[in-house]
Order: sequence, then structure tokens, then C-alpha cells
Amino acid sequence: MTADGSVNGRSYLRLRGIHKKFGSFTALKGVDLDINEREFVCFLGPSGCGKTTLLRAIAGLDVQTSGSIEQAGRDISTLPISSRDFGIVFQSYALFPNLTVSENVAYGLTSRGMNQADINKRVAELLGLVGLSDSGPKYPAQLSGGQQQRVALARALAPSPGLLLLDEPLSALDARVRIHLRHEIKQLQSRLRVTTIMVTHDQEEALTMGDRIVVMNHGVIEQVGTPLEIYRKPATAFVADFVGTMNFMKGTLVSPGRVRVGGTEIEYGDTAATVSPGAAVTLCIRPEDIAVRNVSASQGTVLQARIEALEFLGSFFRASLTPDGQKTALMADFSVNAVNDLGLSRGMALPIALPRDRLRVFAA
Amino acid sequence: MTDLALPPHHVVRQEVSRDEWIMRTATMAVGVLLIFALVLPLYAMLSKSVEDKAGQFIGLANYIAYFKTPALAQSVVNSFFVSIVSTVITVVLAFGYAFALTRSAMPFKELFKVIALFPLLAPSLLPGISLVYLFGNQGLIKGVLMGNTIYGPIGIIIGEVFFCFPHAFLIILTAMSLADARLYEAAEALRASRLRIFFTVTLPGAKYGLISAFFVVFTLVITDFGVPKVIGGQYNVLATDIYKQVIGQQNFQMGSVVSVILLLPAIIAFAADRIIQRRQVALLSARAVPYEAKPSLGRDSAMLAFCVVVAVMILGMLGMAAFASYVTFWPYNLKPSWKNYDFDAKDGIGWAAYWNSLIMSAWTAVIGTIIVFVGAYLVEKTRGFRLCRTLIQMLAMLPMAVPGLVLGLSYIFFFNNPANPFNFLYQTMAILVICTIAHFYTVAHLTAVTALKQMDAEFESVSASLKVPPWKTFWRVTAPVCLPAILDISIYLFVNAMTTVSAVVFIYYVNTTLASIQVLNMDDAGDVAPAAAMAMMIVYTSAAVRVLHWLATRGLSRRTQAWRRR
Repeated sequence: MTADGSVNGRSYLRLRGIHKKFGSFTALKGVDLDINEREFVCFLGPSGCGKTTLLRAIAGLDVQTSGSIEQAGRDISTLPISSRDFGIVFQSYALFPNLTVSENVAYGLTSRGMNQADINKRVAELLGLVGLSDSGPKYPAQLSGGQQQRVALARALAPSPGLLLLDEPLSALDARVRIHLRHEIKQLQSRLRVTTIMVTHDQEEALTMGDRIVVMNHGVIEQVGTPLEIYRKPATAFVADFVGTMNFMKGTLVSPGRVRVGGTEIEYGDTAATVSPGAAVTLCIRPEDIAVRNVSASQGTVLQARIEALEFLGSFFRASLTPDGQKTALMADFSVNAVNDLGLSRGMALPIALPRDRLRVFAA
Repeated sequence: MTDLALPPHHVVRQEVSRDEWIMRTATMAVGVLLIFALVLPLYAMLSKSVEDKAGQFIGLANYIAYFKTPALAQSVVNSFFVSIVSTVITVVLAFGYAFALTRSAMPFKELFKVIALFPLLAPSLLPGISLVYLFGNQGLIKGVLMGNTIYGPIGIIIGEVFFCFPHAFLIILTAMSLADARLYEAAEALRASRLRIFFTVTLPGAKYGLISAFFVVFTLVITDFGVPKVIGGQYNVLATDIYKQVIGQQNFQMGSVVSVILLLPAIIAFAADRIIQRRQVALLSARAVPYEAKPSLGRDSAMLAFCVVVAVMILGMLGMAAFASYVTFWPYNLKPSWKNYDFDAKDGIGWAAYWNSLIMSAWTAVIGTIIVFVGAYLVEKTRGFRLCRTLIQMLAMLPMAVPGLVLGLSYIFFFNNPANPFNFLYQTMAILVICTIAHFYTVAHLTAVTALKQMDAEFESVSASLKVPPWKTFWRVTAPVCLPAILDISIYLFVNAMTTVSAVVFIYYVNTTLASIQVLNMDDAGDVAPAAAMAMMIVYTSAAVRVLHWLATRGLSRRTQAWRRR
């Protein structure tokens, strides 16, 4: 796999220079993106970042102001919706309320000249696939939210589209159903091997479902990468802040690999950032990466810190630490075991390590 | 990698599919229909007002002549006077009635609600006729007026209050039904007095409804022709002036001048109402808890008494006309008979007028519903072609502001012009149908838009992605889901077509005389009792159709709306 994620040179969906303007507001500012066949890609970002706009441009629902889109080697930039090859599931599901579940799923099949027997077969197959074999004669209003969602999915998949677009498909559901459906959709996708794009503002959803995640902000792509890359190696301060929890420390670059924060110099391992000595930088570390066990200088910089607060969050503790000589507190997550073993409590002073390879540096 | 990149200024234009072209053509057709049914006739009327009898442009000379004629200018003052007084009385009564229905625990609420809507079934000529029987020279309870005559402002105001009451009542009732119980609970918890709750919670909540009702009723009164025609006597108002100028004096130029003058307050009131309605949306909260009044003997009996008085007056007006229509010879021979219903024995086309009304109303309901609903669908649910859709939306709002008489007069100028290729429509049933649809377009359109807006905005996107043509989705999903609204529109058009006088009074022909016009003509000829009888025929028909509609809606929702049940 190459840096832009393409396999064998040519990707399934190619977006180049996508701009979208709504009056004077620019929603997309030159998006380039390649999506591979059979890949599950999540568009992640805060509301108003342009992720839904990008999805709607791919579908042709709100065509881009400029730029080109190529799907399976075909330029679809200017094609009307009905000439494109995709299935879509909306946040509202948009199930036809006066048609039964079977009729909804068959909706896109009847217009394709299939005979009734084939249609029935295909509908039964799809309802089986989404686990709703017995619900065919029911009306959408008689189903739960999660079931309606699955019907919408079956309807979108029925004509075997080359591309499946999911616009915040889980956000109208309650938490339990959402987690359950995440797995189902992911499994279904890997079984059918249909190229899928899902728009979401929920980072957990993106991290658990996506083969790759496209993080967007203010109409531009901040980073494209696997969930692990996004989480471990955020490319920008925005991604670092938006995905997961992150500590930010303001400092000055001393030399590549060393940052002065307050009165302390901190070592870091990732020297890829293009900043020159003397420049203002932001140093980042995740709360769970701050080490309190077997602290040694071989891991990275060791600081003396005081526990200002200790909050029990069920499966772990979140501590607020103030390192000596620092004004801002750091969040640190400690396992229940660590807290018991080390006898951690409020007001206690202890050495902590900031592991070199877990620190990220961004130009401030 | 950059082989697909386009220069940044290259703007992408989406191709329009065949299906979309078909939808656009349909949209354009609706736009063209509205231009022919509204814009061009109104333009013809406006240009007539700045021409002399020979058709030469003379600027505002007609307007100057109008205001220099004291008798005519007085009508402006008269119109405003009766309109404001009638509006204030109507809104106050309607507010009290709506308050009783929404904020008290009095019994028989449903019955009172139905009675309040009775005046909608009658042409506006009916209250005038009833008033003649009640307070006229041989009136039943003439003494109540203490020597004042009913023929004049008093009669007009009473008649207009009866005629406009249901309109005001429905608007205020809707506004007050949205009460949030939590506000009342909070006020009670803070130990606010009843009076204080009324002024701090009830009244502010109904504010927009009251203002809206005020403007709607004002427009109805100032543009109404039926009541002042029958009971106005020598008291001239703008609406009757148009009629007199056109029918009495054949002075079309002056008729159009008065029309323009009448158009102005109607448009202003309409615009004000639209602005206020837009604000009201913000008041609605999805989390509001519906208010339910707790029983309170004092308040409930006071409210009941008030509603009984109003209801008796409404029933009295209708009952008087009904009674008069069955009496052999008022007031000398009160034996019941069918004599007055023997319309064929009178001047004019007799019973044929009634059948004409039925046919005209049926066509209006069928064709009007199709055009209105399809038009609203195309405006709301298609993509692109924004200019045309915005135009239709604006044109659809226009009829609300155009008084029926003005529209009718405009139709004369436009369709009676020999140079107009549609001249063949003149003096046909078709022109009555077109005019009536145009006249009542706005409310029907808004009903359709409301229903369409409640549907998921993505149905069309989904069906396009499934490669199903939009009209198929319209037929299989949109229309069936909106069936209740479609029935509402058709019944609205039917009943209004039965009762309308103003728009059609200028464009009917002997053969196409309608029942409501027959009422007018018989009353004019002094045949007041047969006029009452024909008015009652309209009431019975409207009522019967309403009942049928109610049964049909119930039956339909049982059979085809099964999906609404959980």
C-alpha cells in the first residue's frame, strides 16, 4: 500500500481538487482523495467540517463547484444522480412509510426489469442478510430504530451498487443499539466487499469501523490514515485534539528532539516535524501514555509531579498532575491496578515519565 | 495523479437527466398556468385603471377623478370603519370562544367547535338575508335596534362578524392549542394569581394568533362583497362600489381604480400577516407538554354560558334563513311550504343554477387539487430550476391578497379581449373553474406544502439513487402519504366554490349562473325568501359534502393508511 492508499496504481474512487461553495461560504477547499475498492472509509470531523458535503458531492446530490470525481475508471463529475452507481443510507433512513419492508427493499429492483420471482428471491436474500427475514410484511413504523436502519441498508444494497454511502447512519439510535450495529454493518461490509464511505462525527465509530479514516476540518482533509495511525500519529494539532484525549504543552524547540516547556527540557522521539530551533511548538501526549510504573530515564524525560485530583471513571482513574516547575496540569490515566499497587492518592508526589516515542510535536 | 485535475475556475455543471427534464417541463407548465390565471389578468386590470374609455394612457387621471368624487372617496372611510369595528369584535369573540375550548374544562367542547365552523358552509350573502328577517322593516326582533336601521353599518358589522368568526376562531384555536402546560405549572408554583397567569402566560402565547387573526379578518371584511351588497343599503363600501361601477354604470375604468384601491390594504394586511406567521415558528418547542385545564366550577360555567350565547347567535342566523325559506309568505303566512324552493318559477335559470354550482365545484375540486398538489410537490421536492420554483411559490401566495371581485374584474379585462387567444373561454364554465381555483389557490397550496414538508426530505434522493423515476415515487409514496391533505384540499376547494360570489359575479353568463349568484340576483329582485332557500341549498350541500369527506377520510385511513398504526 502506498502513501495515498492506492493499490496497483489506480484507486476505485478518485477525487481531485473538489471545491464546494454555498453562496459566499466555501464548504470544501480543494479535496484530493483516493479510495480503494472494497475499502471501508470513514469521513470524520466536527459538524460543519464538510464531510457530509463531500459525501453529497460523491453522490451527485449537491454537485461540487469545481473538481473531478472518478469512479471505477469512469469520470462521474457531472453525471446526474440516477446515472451514478451507489446506494445510500441517510441518518433519517428515509424509508417509505406506506410501503412494507419487502416493498421498500424491492423498490430499486422493480424498475430494472427484473421479474417478480427474481425480485422476491433477492428481497428474501437481503432481509436474511440483515437478520429481518420475518419482517417483510411489516411497515417501517412497526420496527425499532435499529431494524429500520437495517431495512434502509438492505434497500440500498439490493441493486448491488459499486459504492455504499452512509450518512451518519447510527446517530439517531441509542447507545446500545449503536454499538451492536457498528459490528453488524462492518461484518456485512466485509462479507459483501462493497466499497463503503461512512460519514460520522463520532470518533469511536470511525476508529472501530473504518479501514481508513479521513479527518476533516474547515473544508480540508487534515489527515488520512488507518485508525491506529490517526490515534498514534496525528498529523496535525487538530487531529490530535479531535481524536481521543490529549495533553497539550506549549514550549520552544531547543534542538531537534528537545523541547523546553516552562523550566524543563523534554525529549521526544518523533523528529519529523519541520520546525527550526527557537520556534514555538506544542508538545502532545495522551493521558494513558504517561508512565508511573518502573519510571526510568531510558523511557524518556522523567518529571516529579503532584497528584492534584484523582477521579474514578469505572475502568480507570483519571488524575490531574502538576509537574514541578510547570503551571499547567496534565491529565493522566492510570489503571485501577496501578492505583492500588502504587497506593496513589490525592496530594501525593511521584515521579512520572513522558515516553519519548509517545510524544508528538506540532508547530504552534 | 494530476491527470484529472481541472483548473480551479472550471465550474462543474451537473448534467440534467431525462427524468429531471420532464419534471422541469412540468414545473414550467404550472408556472405558465399561474401566469395566465393571475399575473396577466391582474396586469390587464392595472393597465385599465390608467386608461380612458378609448383605451388611451392617461396616467393617474382616473385616480384623481375618483378622489374628487366625494361619494366615492367616502367609501374608503366607510370600508375602513366597518372593517376595523367588525375585526375587533370578531377577534375578541373568537378569542373568548377559543379560550373556553382550550383553557377550561367545560363540557361539549367538540359540539361547540363544530357549531363555530357552521358559517363556513354558507355564502356571505346568507347573514345579510337572515339579518333582513331578524331586524329588517318586517323583522322578527326589530325592536332591539331601538329605531336604528339594520340597512347600513350595523347590519354590515353583524353580518361580517358572523361570516368571519370561524376564520378568526380557527387561527386563534391553533395558536392556543400549542400551550405548554409546564409554563402554567411554573406560574402556579410561583403562586401567580389567575389574572396574572392570564396576562403573563395565556395572552403572550396567543399573541401571534391574535395578530394573525386580526389581519386575516380585516382582509376578509374589507374585500367581502356579499354582506354589504345585501344589507348595506345606502352605505357604500369599496367592494360594492366596484360592483356598482362595473355592473351598474359599465364604467370599467373606475371599477379598476376602486379595485386597485381595495387591493392595497389587502396586500398590506396580507404581508403583515406573513411576517408575523414566520415569527411564530420560533415559539414552538418540541418538548412542550400539552396543557389540560383542571375543572373549576366558576370559570367553566362562565365559559359555557359565553359559548352558548355565541353558538345560539350562529345557529340563530342560520336558523332564521332556514326558517324563512320554509315559510309560505313572511310575515303574513307562516305555514311551512316548499314554495320558495320552486326556483324554476322565478326569474333566471332556476334549479339549473344549483346544478351548475355542483358541476363547477366538482371540477374545481378535481382539477384544482391536482394542479395545486402537483405544483406544491414540484416546488418543494425537485432539484435545480430554482428561479421557476421561487416564482411559483410567490405566485401561489398572491391570490390570498387579491380580493375576489378584483380577480373577477381582471378576468373580464383579460379574457374578454377579442385579441386574446383564450377569448373562447369567456362565458364558459371553464373560466369559472379557472377563476375559482386561482381565487382559492393560496390556502390549498399552503395545505399541500405543509403536508409535503412533513415528509422525509431524502425520499427523492433515495429514489434517484435507486434509479426510480421521480413520478413513480410521487405516485407510489408521496401522493398516498399525503392523501389526508389531498382530501382536505379538495373539500376546501369544493366548499369555497359552492359559496363564493365575489370572484365569479363578473364572469358568469346566463347559462353558467351559479347558485350563489342566483341568491344575489333573487335578493336584488326582491325575492328574498327564495334567495334564502337557495342559500340554504348551498349550506346543505356544503354540509353534506363535509360529512361525506369526514366519512371518506375515516374509511380511507382504515384501509390504506394501515401503515400509520404501530
